[in-house]
Amino acid sequence: MSSLLVQNLTVSHGAIRALSNVTFEVKEGELVAVIGANGAGKTTLLRTLSGLKNAENGTATWRDRNILGKRPEDLVRRGISHVSEGKSVIPELTVRENLLIGGLWRRDKSGTEKAIKEAVELFPRLGERMSQSANTLSGGERQMLAIGRALVSRPKLLLLDEPSLGLAPLIIEQIFSAIKNLQKSMNLTVVLVEQNATSALEIADTGVILNLGELVASGNAQDLLADPALKSAYLGY
Amino acid sequence: MRQLIGTLLIGLTLGSVYSLMALSLVLVWRSTRVVNFAQAGQAIVTTYIAYEIVTRTGVFWLAVLFAVIAGALLGAGVEYFLMRTLFRHVDQGPVAALAPVIATLGLLGVIKSIVGMIWGNDYRSFFPPVSTDNFVLFGESIPFSRFNVLVIVSTAIVMIVFSFIFQRTDLGLSLRAAAFQPEIARLAGIRVGPIRTIGWVFAGVAGAIAGVLITPTEVLSPSSLDVLLVFGFVAAVIGGLESLPGAVLGGVVLGIGVSFVLNYIGTTLIFPTVFVVLLLALIFKPNGLLGSKKVRSA
Repeated sequence: MSSLLVQNLTVSHGAIRALSNVTFEVKEGELVAVIGANGAGKTTLLRTLSGLKNAENGTATWRDRNILGKRPEDLVRRGISHVSEGKSVIPELTVRENLLIGGLWRRDKSGTEKAIKEAVELFPRLGERMSQSANTLSGGERQMLAIGRALVSRPKLLLLDEPSLGLAPLIIEQIFSAIKNLQKSMNLTVVLVEQNATSALEIADTGVILNLGELVASGNAQDLLADPALKSAYLGY
Repeated sequence: MRQLIGTLLIGLTLGSVYSLMALSLVLVWRSTRVVNFAQAGQAIVTTYIAYEIVTRTGVFWLAVLFAVIAGALLGAGVEYFLMRTLFRHVDQGPVAALAPVIATLGLLGVIKSIVGMIWGNDYRSFFPPVSTDNFVLFGESIPFSRFNVLVIVSTAIVMIVFSFIFQRTDLGLSLRAAAFQPEIARLAGIRVGPIRTIGWVFAGVAGAIAGVLITPTEVLSPSSLDVLLVFGFVAAVIGGLESLPGAVLGGVVLGIGVSFVLNYIGTTLIFPTVFVVLLLALIFKPNGLLGSKKVRSA
């Protein structure tokens, strides 16, 4: 059963078409890597799936219910959490407050505290900095905090926009391994948008390759990695 | 010495009222990035409502209660009907940033003319709930009254309540998150639209209280709060426009400055003084009296 199903999705920014007729599916508990260069439409895809952007055409469903044209705050309540590009934390708030906001909408306050504890177990460095303001964190810590905040909302579908952007290789490794662990331990469905094609495909189950808004290939992540034509054309090595 | 203490106390009273107006401007600025010139108009409506109740019933606190409720409703109404409509229709280009501000300026004019039509343009007075006679200390009169105490205490209570809400409650955290990063707040599940309305409601309440606290020692007319708007705005800017404690401190600094000029020089130099205080603050503390350096951007 596919849990995220995107069909013929077309999205424009004014006169510029950012995505055109994109179709792919992700099964429950799978990690899909969405790969492509700058301007391929990766970020637009995530923003459309999380309700920040309206689609022009096509459909997208999560667990058989439409998600297009819905508000992000409502989609969070349906289990869809989006960690947007550029370390999506609020620098003016403390680390703990950044985590807390992911659970403000929940009635179950002890559930929020439990989720915060779990996020801190996953990223112990956050635990040491709970009362510090988020602007004192390094880039890697901010990315951990952004993912931690999304986890406090108890997502079923996690949309991650370039978590490796601007980070050192060692930190990227840590973050990617945390993402893989999350997928396995929480049975999360993950859409991981990345320019860092190899690292992303290595932890992914499936991959989707976008170029100038169009889907050029999709399928098993290992097969995509091994395809010499794709390698030279889109994966950049 | 007596005059100096008196000047400081008067400054503190004036500063309290400026702080409340500054607070209401900061609350709106933080929630929607709009400078709300209509705040003076909203406060004048609520002050006239308070005036009606006080002249009919003689109960000042009942008047304050109604002013506060009216302030909350007006704040919500302006945000919901005017701001949201504008934001929906004008969302691109330089006009998008300017249109809401111009709209609030226009609304100020509209409100003042409606108030003038209903209550007339003549001056009215509004009796204070407690004595405005100077206290006598060791046989000497100091320019400070029970009413001044009431103003300072009421302002302090409003500050404490707002600080508590902002720093200690889920609503406060939502307000702060929505103000700093609306998109991330939405992605975290916060309903930013209603939260913004609540920001305007709080602002309306602070403005309403400022109006009823300043009017008993002045006069009431459709334009009588215009100066308070200007001073409140200057106080908000001195405080950094983003910070609630900054707005309060800005108000107090400005109040004391104005009080010194009033007592030692005269009324003619008040506006130049306010302007100089504003310039000094912008030159030496451009991020506000309590402002720190910009956040790390890496």
